[in-house]
Amino acid sequence: MKITHHPEPESLMSCSAGSMPEAFAAVMSTHFSQCAKCRNDLSFLENVGAALFDSLSPAAVTRDAPVLAMRSSEADRGGVTLEQTVGDVPAPLSAVIGSDFDAIDWKRVTPGVWQHVVPLSGQQRGDLRLMKIAPGQVIPEHAHSGSELTLILKGSYRDKTGHYQAGDVADMCGASGHSPVADPVDGCICLVATDGKMKFKGLVARFVQPFTGF
Amino acid sequence: MIQNIAIARPVGRVRTTPGSILMADFLQRIAERGDVDAFRKLFQSYAPRVKSYMMRQGADANTAEELAQETMLTVWRKASLYSGEKGSATTWIFTIARNLRIDRLRRETTWVALPDGHDEEASTDALPDEVLSERERKVRVQRALAELPPDQYEVVSLSYVEGLSHSEIAERLGLPLGTVKSRMRLAYHKIRELVEDLK
Repeated sequence: MKITHHPEPESLMSCSAGSMPEAFAAVMSTHFSQCAKCRNDLSFLENVGAALFDSLSPAAVTRDAPVLAMRSSEADRGGVTLEQTVGDVPAPLSAVIGSDFDAIDWKRVTPGVWQHVVPLSGQQRGDLRLMKIAPGQVIPEHAHSGSELTLILKGSYRDKTGHYQAGDVADMCGASGHSPVADPVDGCICLVATDGKMKFKGLVARFVQPFTGF
Repeated sequence: MIQNIAIARPVGRVRTTPGSILMADFLQRIAERGDVDAFRKLFQSYAPRVKSYMMRQGADANTAEELAQETMLTVWRKASLYSGEKGSATTWIFTIARNLRIDRLRRETTWVALPDGHDEEASTDALPDEVLSERERKVRVQRALAELPPDQYEVVSLSYVEGLSHSEIAERLGLPLGTVKSRMRLAYHKIRELVEDLK
């Protein structure tokens, strides 16, 4: 897998700080499972976090260290495998959505565009969804309120910023509009995190929100 | 403005956790033979800092103390997953605290795993003579943070220490989201440059 588009540094930073809305962290983590470069950046930034953590003034702890009794069999052992893909779906994501894109409960949004909202834990800010776009389908020009982080899972798309293939991330912010066109043969399946602060402008906008609200 | 929200950076010599090589050695002793004495020493060094971190992340003192205990228990339980090659003991404990905070304070799934030392591909990026000693890297990162312009340091600190997302930082500081992101991006490049180009 040749990855040419990566998350922006500020996304890596927020992710290493544990400060990203869950939807975005899910996209990042799925990308990490495929991208050694970004794993490396993440580990560099974890050192930055550790330096800030280390310079906090300590707060007195009132209780002693817990009394420990543990047989060696209770200890966690290694065994995390990276770059593991189940079917078409990279590992961190397959735990949540399964391993088969065809088995997903897709809801049609407009002709040629389907989505599946991925449930998250709680009152997080931000939404996570899978999008499936038919071959050659054009998504009308749209801008973003807040942030949008997209990971290509299958197929590809093009917009004015480049060609995005499986493993690539489009890290978009703010008003810069784009109009992606799905691969003419394979279409595109992607994982999209959007910021929760969306502005609904009346009923019509709310109705087409899943489509235009990105 | 910056002083108002109490993100003044530490002045002078920062009192950090003692000898990181020693700490890594304690972790190894816990992993190899469940050394309770080594654990107690790690606890004394790190639990107060974890508690402080949790309080900055919004926990009250009691919750922060519980989370500090739980972080240290996780350290005990997962000591065998620690790899000295991938980062310092402090970095590893920071990531445990970070993930526990997401799980307990935010009640969200922690998507980003702990560093686990299994990522060989990533670690081959640096040539042997380019690999900084742990102590050297720590000093450089701290120096780089100290050299950031105040507006960049502020967003970095709000992200790592207060646990705020980009849009929460934008709200807190009354800045456009794009400004927060570009400050953080500049900070990233500056830190990378200062840590890596001083070879």
